[in-house]
Amino acid sequence: MNLTQGLYSSTIGKKILMAVTGIILFGFVVGHMLGNLQLYLGAEQLNAYADKLQSLGPLLWVIRAGLAFCVGVHVVAAVQLWLRNRASRPVRYRLFRPPEVDYAARTMMWSGPIILLFILYHLGHLTVGCLHHDFIRGDVYHNVVTTFRIWWVAGFYMLANLLLAVHLYHGLWSLFQTFGWDHPLFGRARRWIAIGFAVLIGAGNVSLPLAVLAGVVR
Amino acid sequence: MKLTLHVWRQKDARDPGGFKTYQLEDVTTHMSFLEMLDVLNQDLITAGEDPVAFDHDCREGVCGACGFVINGVAHGDQKGSTVCQLHMRHFADGDEVTIEPWRAKAFPVLRDLVVDRSAFDRILTAGGFISVRTGSAPEANSIPIPSEAAEHAMDFAECIGCGACVASCPNSAAMLFVGAKIAHLGLLPQGQPERERRALAMVEAMEREAFGSCTNYRACEAVCPKEISISGIARMNKDFRRALLSGSNRASGKRR
Ligand code: HEM
Ligand code: SF4
Ligand code: FES
Repeated sequence: MNLTQGLYSSTIGKKILMAVTGIILFGFVVGHMLGNLQLYLGAEQLNAYADKLQSLGPLLWVIRAGLAFCVGVHVVAAVQLWLRNRASRPVRYRLFRPPEVDYAARTMMWSGPIILLFILYHLGHLTVGCLHHDFIRGDVYHNVVTTFRIWWVAGFYMLANLLLAVHLYHGLWSLFQTFGWDHPLFGRARRWIAIGFAVLIGAGNVSLPLAVLAGVVR
Repeated sequence: MKLTLHVWRQKDARDPGGFKTYQLEDVTTHMSFLEMLDVLNQDLITAGEDPVAFDHDCREGVCGACGFVINGVAHGDQKGSTVCQLHMRHFADGDEVTIEPWRAKAFPVLRDLVVDRSAFDRILTAGGFISVRTGSAPEANSIPIPSEAAEHAMDFAECIGCGACVASCPNSAAMLFVGAKIAHLGLLPQGQPERERRALAMVEAMEREAFGSCTNYRACEAVCPKEISISGIARMNKDFRRALLSGSNRASGKRR
């Protein structure tokens, strides 16, 4: 088995690919959230930040391509593994009560695809602007605030970001297992690390539409 | 006490099979689950019917032969126990008990509750040898092993290959079993020379069978009669990754 075969044709290899791409996407999500929290600092600050990102020029496109590639690898591996898992028990149990299995683990193939749909909507909505009712290129603050006053848009953003937090809770914990990071010194802390990041990311992202909806940010 | 049993009956590998319901009148709390099935089988034989086929051997929880799913849980609800060590005192008069074989594509049903677990044997065979001197017994203590390492390895060596981990995994994955085997030898000095090639070979053999992948549900460790932890899976993942990245199975010192 060479490296590519090992990564592509084994389920453990595919999980390594999912974990590596997942950790990159996780890094992006953290950075993206920190950037967006500047909404609380007012229009000038947020728009200046957006300008700075735009001024990256070609580098911005390299980053975008890299992220899209990661999403692609992550999703393809997830779907392939899911198909294999579904085929592994052709005759089902009449009664099946597997112990321990938690909600986040069970719903990875729900939270994942909903997040993917959300990413596509989000790109059309706040990046390209074609799904926005009053899009002004360059005025990020305006685009965000006017849209989150619409309750169902804010609602969808909050739902998707809650699911992202749930996905990341199981994903971050899973990743320690996938990489074999199970040291006696932090083995027990892995769950809390995952919970901590999931709560921070969930709270940070959900707070933005909530703050606009509640009239705190206007 | 009286019990109503719903038992999976299947003549052979090709028979589609189905559930049959049996009433048992005089079950005592002292019986083991297998003894309860012995009583059922005696009744069936007396009535001229085929007895329920199930695997068993030691009946003391050490051989790994027994195992089926009781009311949705592999080896039943009692933690850290095989079916043969489960006693009827955990059931109450009037209970309905559903009994099914391990269900996984990699474990085809041969008859009733008996499944073919030879996929496990093929994985073990792929693991191959370890380098030890055979012949006359070696000098005692010629290979020092820290007692913590010995204990740790022993935890994984306790795996009896029953297959409950596969049966209770929503993905029918064999990771806990294979992880236990790889971790067991990987923790001992005798297991070092072949450590990388063993991880590669056993994982490859596992992937050739119809097992699913790990999504860290952890149902396996919850039902394992030997309470083996998924830290064995983490060790397997690490050994596999290291072996892939080190490339030592393809290394050469010759000019190419
Ligand atoms: C877009 C569709 C997506 C699908 C279908 C999907 C699906 C999955 C699945 C099935 C797993 C396996 C986890 C397990 O059960 O062990 C997983 C893991 C993971 N996902 Fe996603 N996911 C998606 C998007 C994302 C995004 C956008 C992120 C990050 C922001 C992400 C981060 C992670 C991480 C960190 C893991 C852990 C990798 C591991 O298992 O070791 N996922 N994903
Ligand atoms: S790991 Fe536990 S459940 Fe799996 S085969 Fe070994 S003893 Fe049985
Ligand atoms: S019969 Fe040997 S473990 Fe149950």
